[in-house]
Amino acid sequence: MAKNDKDFGPRVDTPTGTEFVGHEWDGIEELNTPLPRWWLLTFYACIIWAIGYTIMYPAWPMISRATTGVTGWTSRGQFEAEVRAQTAKRAPLLAAIAATPIEALPTKPNLMSAAVEGGKAAFKVNCVQCHGSGAAGSIGYPNLNDDDWLWGGDMKALDYTLTHGIRNPDHPATRVSQMPAFDGVLTPAEIAAVVAHVRTISGQRKADGLAQQGAALFATNCALCHGPAGKGLRNVGAPNLTDGIWLYGGDAATLTQTIKMSRQGVMPRWGQKLDATTIKMLAAYVHSLGGGEANPAPQEVAVSNVPTK
Amino acid sequence: MSQPNSPVEDAPYLYEKRKAVYPKAVDGTFRRLKWAIMLVTLAIYYVTPWLRWDRGPYAPDQAVLVDMAHRRFYMFSIEIWPHEFYYVAGLLVMAGIGLFLVTSAVGRAWCGYACPQTVWTDLFQHVERWIDGDRNAQLRLDKAPWGPTKIVRRLSKWSIWLVIAVATGGAWIFYFADAPTLARDFLTGQAPAIAYSTVGVLTATTFIFGGFMREQVCIYMCPWPRIQTAMLDEKSLLVTYKDWRGEPRTHGLKKAADEGAALKTGDCIDCLQCVSVCPTGIDIREGPQIGCITCALCIDACDTVMAQIGKPRGLIDYCTLDDADIEKAGGQSAPLLKTIFRPRTLIYLGIWTSIGVAMLFALGQRTRLDLNVQHDRNPVFVQLSDGSIRNNYMVKVRNMETRPRDVELVVTGLPGAVVWTADTDRVEGRSSVDLRVAPDSIRKVRLFVAAPAKGDEHSEFKVTVKAKSGHEKGDSDEVVFERPEGLDDDEGDRE
Repeated sequence: MAKNDKDFGPRVDTPTGTEFVGHEWDGIEELNTPLPRWWLLTFYACIIWAIGYTIMYPAWPMISRATTGVTGWTSRGQFEAEVRAQTAKRAPLLAAIAATPIEALPTKPNLMSAAVEGGKAAFKVNCVQCHGSGAAGSIGYPNLNDDDWLWGGDMKALDYTLTHGIRNPDHPATRVSQMPAFDGVLTPAEIAAVVAHVRTISGQRKADGLAQQGAALFATNCALCHGPAGKGLRNVGAPNLTDGIWLYGGDAATLTQTIKMSRQGVMPRWGQKLDATTIKMLAAYVHSLGGGEANPAPQEVAVSNVPTK
Repeated sequence: MSQPNSPVEDAPYLYEKRKAVYPKAVDGTFRRLKWAIMLVTLAIYYVTPWLRWDRGPYAPDQAVLVDMAHRRFYMFSIEIWPHEFYYVAGLLVMAGIGLFLVTSAVGRAWCGYACPQTVWTDLFQHVERWIDGDRNAQLRLDKAPWGPTKIVRRLSKWSIWLVIAVATGGAWIFYFADAPTLARDFLTGQAPAIAYSTVGVLTATTFIFGGFMREQVCIYMCPWPRIQTAMLDEKSLLVTYKDWRGEPRTHGLKKAADEGAALKTGDCIDCLQCVSVCPTGIDIREGPQIGCITCALCIDACDTVMAQIGKPRGLIDYCTLDDADIEKAGGQSAPLLKTIFRPRTLIYLGIWTSIGVAMLFALGQRTRLDLNVQHDRNPVFVQLSDGSIRNNYMVKVRNMETRPRDVELVVTGLPGAVVWTADTDRVEGRSSVDLRVAPDSIRKVRLFVAAPAKGDEHSEFKVTVKAKSGHEKGDSDEVVFERPEGLDDDEGDRE
């Protein structure tokens, strides 16, 4: 507030010769010091720039959407262009992975690590629904981190399982096996004896008369697929019954249920949904999780001239 | 500053036109100091990127290099990785406190001598004097109508400015890439677009700020004068016109001599030399002001005049506000060293030195082999078919030396641990793996650690990285091995 409101015209600060604005704070008054000319010109330049900008780019909000701007730029368009550019950039790497036989992939560390990363991304989209985001599985869905494989854990076997699936009845190449349901074939007492035997060979129970009785029943009913010692058979996807890993559970109740009703887990065949390169990358990723097995001997001979590790 | 305007009568004005400044050439102690500082700072700026420093085959041989693409900062024997950026932060803190120190001791010395705006403006003004002549000739040329002489003069001045500006912008980019390669690529048109645009922007700013904006940058654009002004106190050195000695002014030596006996006259003969030489166009006799960058050229100009009229030097001189009061009262001002070394500056000096010493100590102590181990959380543990439990760890080994290193990862404190990676086979009883880490890089490895199921739910253990050769201390990380809940109770038959 100007003090001398009865004065007419702007008051002038005597020492500097500059007029007052009229604002006052505790006796400190503001002078109407002019802006430097270059500052003002910069300000006008900014306004002109802003006008040009709103013409070139989306700017003014209208009723349904904003003005589009003469350049037609959109953030979505930019995003799509970036995705296209990234895809194009990745193409040679994917082509190299596609051209490399899967068993030779680990001998090329660059391709292998790219495949593992690509597989990780594909896994997050396609596989986590059953196997979990860390590939640790759950009851009935195998943990892919461990070292126990029903159908084989080398890269080639993984690739086959992924491509053809498990128990796809409409697909002849699929991995298939069928454990019979023993309800009615064996009496409940006999089933209890087999369960006792299985829990004995897996180290969960001490051997006794019941287990011995079960051993005889096992030899006639189960050993064909699971092997005389219960070590399993990969050709038919029969699990090893002597180890510490159970797909459905190793306790007596679950084993009884499994023998009575049997288990028929299904995995889709990804060959009809994903391309061969993605499946190859998925196999590489699953193989890298810690339980991957070495390629079978013939392939190792074939690539033995390539220095590894 | 200027003659008082009378806005009441004039039409209202929205802007103030820059008042052209034509600083006169001057010689003297401070001018020579400015020459020396200009020479040193410009030499450092232009020459540094071309210095070479042998770091072996795996690292660039440029002494000072900010390698953005590879995220490395090289400075002679020091190499800084992004995670060591606190050294750069420390340097910035030191620069800040250094500025406090300098400002509280000798005022705006940064503004007056070392600021790039001052140095380049000074350089541009020398070019201007070389082409157009000194102050009076420049004034005449400015007022003269455009003719062949003026056009030739202007064009040659601007061309030289432009050459300096291009060289300035050009030197900057060499700090960010191998200088000889970039110079070749730049001249043959093969350098990246960012190099050309950087040079373009810096050329434009140098040309405009040094040639035309000059003191406007200091007065209107730069925040430092305000900050520095706030840091000055009554014991800081300022360029001071000693009005108690100079006033009342007499106009001209002769008049002073004539009237000297009768009137009480001051030493100032109002020759306006101090105003003529001022690069920001102020009159120091109006007292301390924001426009004064304390370049001290007015001291040189006044000393020259005082010598000519046979008066002692220092009518305009570095002087603190306290000393000004003492001298005004007829006393003797404090000795210079006592003015500079006082508690405030000593505290700044102490802080500045301790940060520097701490950083040097940290630099000497830092390990060039660094380990980072992270437990995989999904899954937390894996049941293996032999009954044991496996945990996975993401291990990062940083080899910050410019040579490949053979290192060993050792697991200790976890009974029965077996350790392997995707590249090494699992061997029972082995609790270490060997790795080769490429020079100047990070090796990421997934470490598999298996241990018997029997044990604590959370067992702490240690992973250590050791160089296979040499006896430098390695680095280690404490991590946890997780087991499933209640495995211990699960033994035996519960049927």
